Amino acid sequence: MKEYRTITQVAGPLLFVEKTEPIGYGELVNIVQSDGTMKRGQVLDTSDEVVVVQVFEDTRGIGRDSGIRFTGETIKMPVGRDMLGRILSGGGKPKDGGPDIVAEKRIDVIGAAINPYARSSPDQFIQTGISTIDATNTLVRGQKLPIFSGSGLPHNEIALQIARQAKVPGSDEEFAVVFAAMGITKEEENQFMADFERTGALEHAVVFLNLADDPAVERIITPRLALTTAEYLAFELGYHVLVILTDMTNYCEALRQIGAAREEVPGRRGYPGYMYTDLASIYERAGIIKGKKGSVTQLSILTMPGDDITHPIPDLSGYITEGQIVVNRELHRKGIYPPINVLPSLSRLMNLGIGEGYTREDHKKVSDQLYAGYAEGNDLRGLVAIVGKDALSERDRLFLEFADLFENRFVRQGHDEDRSIQESLDLGWELLSTLPEEQLVRIDRDLIHKYHPKYRKAAKQEA
Amino acid sequence: MEVKGNNKGTLKRISGPVVTAVGLNAHMYDVVRVGNEQLMGEVIKIQRDNTIIQVYEDTSGIRPGEPVENTGLSLAVELGPGLLTSIYDGIQRPLEVLMEKMGDFIERGVTAPGLSHEKKWDFVPTKQSGDRVGPGTIIGEVQETNIMHRILVPPNVNPGTIKEIKKGSFTVEETVCVLEDGTELQMMHKWPVRVPRPVTEKKNPDIPLITGQRILDGLFPIAKGGTAAIPGPFGSGKTVTQQALAKWSDAEIVVYIGCGERGNEMTEVLTEFPELEDPKTGKPLMERTVLIANTSNMPVAAREASVYTGITIAEYFRDMGYDVSLMADSTSRWAEAMREISSRLEEMPGEEGYPAYLAARLSEFYERAGRVEALNGKSGSVTVIGAVSPPGGDFSEPVTQNTLRIVKVFWALDAKLSQRRHFPAINWLDSYSLYLDTLHDWYDENVSPDWNIVRSWAMEVLQKEAELQEIVQLVGSDALPDEEQVTIEVARMLREIFLQQNAFDPVDTFCDMQKQYDILKTIRIFADLAYGAQKVGVPTAQVISIKAKNDLPQIKFTKDYKADLEKIVANMEAEFKALREA
Repeated sequence: MKEYRTITQVAGPLLFVEKTEPIGYGELVNIVQSDGTMKRGQVLDTSDEVVVVQVFEDTRGIGRDSGIRFTGETIKMPVGRDMLGRILSGGGKPKDGGPDIVAEKRIDVIGAAINPYARSSPDQFIQTGISTIDATNTLVRGQKLPIFSGSGLPHNEIALQIARQAKVPGSDEEFAVVFAAMGITKEEENQFMADFERTGALEHAVVFLNLADDPAVERIITPRLALTTAEYLAFELGYHVLVILTDMTNYCEALRQIGAAREEVPGRRGYPGYMYTDLASIYERAGIIKGKKGSVTQLSILTMPGDDITHPIPDLSGYITEGQIVVNRELHRKGIYPPINVLPSLSRLMNLGIGEGYTREDHKKVSDQLYAGYAEGNDLRGLVAIVGKDALSERDRLFLEFADLFENRFVRQGHDEDRSIQESLDLGWELLSTLPEEQLVRIDRDLIHKYHPKYRKAAKQEA
Repeated sequence: MEVKGNNKGTLKRISGPVVTAVGLNAHMYDVVRVGNEQLMGEVIKIQRDNTIIQVYEDTSGIRPGEPVENTGLSLAVELGPGLLTSIYDGIQRPLEVLMEKMGDFIERGVTAPGLSHEKKWDFVPTKQSGDRVGPGTIIGEVQETNIMHRILVPPNVNPGTIKEIKKGSFTVEETVCVLEDGTELQMMHKWPVRVPRPVTEKKNPDIPLITGQRILDGLFPIAKGGTAAIPGPFGSGKTVTQQALAKWSDAEIVVYIGCGERGNEMTEVLTEFPELEDPKTGKPLMERTVLIANTSNMPVAAREASVYTGITIAEYFRDMGYDVSLMADSTSRWAEAMREISSRLEEMPGEEGYPAYLAARLSEFYERAGRVEALNGKSGSVTVIGAVSPPGGDFSEPVTQNTLRIVKVFWALDAKLSQRRHFPAINWLDSYSLYLDTLHDWYDENVSPDWNIVRSWAMEVLQKEAELQEIVQLVGSDALPDEEQVTIEVARMLREIFLQQNAFDPVDTFCDMQKQYDILKTIRIFADLAYGAQKVGVPTAQVISIKAKNDLPQIKFTKDYKADLEKIVANMEAEFKALREA
């Protein structure tokens, strides 16, 4: 392989190389430093005169005397059956002291888009054991549902609880977890690893770790390596894969860093104009394919800068993902775990996986009624702050109390409390029964007669 | 077609979806084949000997020095039998064929014609030899699904006399008609997507597009041939609204463009539409639908082309005399594709990095809507409904603002409403329709002479409620005068019973105009009775808590509701009578 020593410019993570043979766009590049260490990069722009290379690692030590080797192929990930249980770096190198991955296949990490015609519509309910997700923002297999959080909030605990408890009721198919960390701290890593070890999840998991002190640019490929592995496990080996990506905010920061280094025209808040397309090329790699056994479900975590949901990172993510779970600081301050605020949360695929034959016939209506009741009670809190509780009508007082009950009984649950969907829905009914029956306008009469605790009790007594 | 000069060149530079070639004699918007794999691209800029090309497929691995070939043709779609029930990518490649050719993932370098060139269709001529025909003339018919596909003389053919016309079974490429001057006509013709198809005249839209959605038909109607925008933050129900329109609007043909959106959503449409019935014909909805799916992770240049592909297909059916509705979800992703390409071209950016020609492109696109007299004298329409995804839900951003300057109907989605599960989450105070005046007479004649009166009354009550709510927020509802407490209750009924509609309930998902009127009228009857009872001294608490009205919400979920509704009205009257007498 030819080695060029024609670097003319090094700017941030970018190298400009001149007088090369024709080089392919997107090619993988090896950079050999004068002390013999090797770094990796990728071609971002190629022409007769100059080739621009983006380095995935720190550029310290790279100079005009460094050698450049173009590999002639795009970045590929070696994948194989023995990946389960392994811990790899953010660049895909073994980090657990074990041997290299035995490659059964080498797959391009820039995944091709799944043909929409080949997709199968996701409709298998995943029970996470968390009421605010199962009953009101249901997750289904093949969905991409992010957790929108803020710094200092327990999003990691929630993600871990989901990873621990997630199951499809009545099925015992093979599952796997692919965990990709981008720019998280060592402490956070320890928290995840300790939990994986405690629960034995590690043997079903492939872990990619790019920590806070690893090169930021490497974060660009970490999620792609993880998703390539996930797709291999799902669509070739038939596993149901849960992919956890954390923290997407760090990923976007890395993207901005490269954009700035390339002197691109920035979009909103300095993030590149193509960030939507770039994020889509990550988030869209979830789903189910017709005739294939496995599935890829994505649970990504992102911290909203300043808890601002309109910030470009959560905003663009929300437009691509199929809903979002929003973690709320106020609930956290009240000491409620998991502090999930259902009002801005949403699962777009919920309706495909619930109802008769999936969960229970009353699921959708109960969920809508809980939302409407909580929203109304929540609004009244603002009013109470001004006029006091005494000025409320009897009806309003009931809704106000309902909102408190909802937070304390329905939202709040233990770190290891695994509620079945029936338990969650029954709990919902119990809370709804504190409201006057004629206020339950979202629910059909016959469902009220069947599930409302009042009628159930009556039916029991009759029997 | 003969191309003068050199139609071959070599690649000089590759930067993502934008590449530069030298030595190519090209014209703007010519389609070119790039590299050894012959990827499809389009010329978007010419700079001395450099030709700048946007490529519709992934360019990884392409090297400088590889060949580029100019086809000399513009990006065009194939129009003819076989369009209906198809699902295409942004450049009219059928996704079903792509899957057969390259498997579950979309790889590159595969071409596939938009229409099947093998399938035979039964062509029945409606003209005979000796007849004069001109651009747009209907020369025959093909039964495609339950839609009669009318075969048109392409708009760019000179008028002439038919020498020979054949009846029978043909592929779309076989000649079915020959003119005296030797012109051969096939069932299929091609049309460049960036050129609007010509019409004789654009007419004023004065018939509403009935959508079965109460807040749209009832309060903010759109006319056939009109334009509407649905802007809203994520999670406010844009896609659900667009899909409801695609399902239930009374257009004869629906073109649905998934432009830079989610793959699973397109799959949902694909699985759902064949199972749903058209409320008018009872046939599967899919039979009248053409889908274009260029999901967010498919090549960005093809996303830019997808809206043009869609609207050209819509215009083609319009020229046959059909009412077509076109949904574009989402035009913001289209604008972002323009921005991405523009920034790769290193053009001087306008607002928020969007190219300076954003406003011009948007208005050109929406202007292709309209109710027209086609070249053949038939009357048809294209209604365009575009979703807009403003970043952060901020309506002051360039795409929303430039769209609002053009469209006549604005359905403002509101995240606050969707959070409390008020669906469709369309804000009744912010939305507007500029078609109310032109549609006035239609409602008078076809729904009820007092429809327009009841509608204005409902809007007034909702407006009044908004003002009253501000007071309630400060002092609580008990502090309001009695009459206004009734107004609050009536407004609540309007919101919860009339405006809220459950897209997932088999009955409530579609509500015809008569039922819309009946529900609205019943709320009006309640209001009149309530104010009347109050005047004669019945306490407000009793007035607003009469039992009969509690049955009204159930009417929405009842198919044959007439008898139930009469009973409710009778009960209401009886209860109020009892109250007045007590």
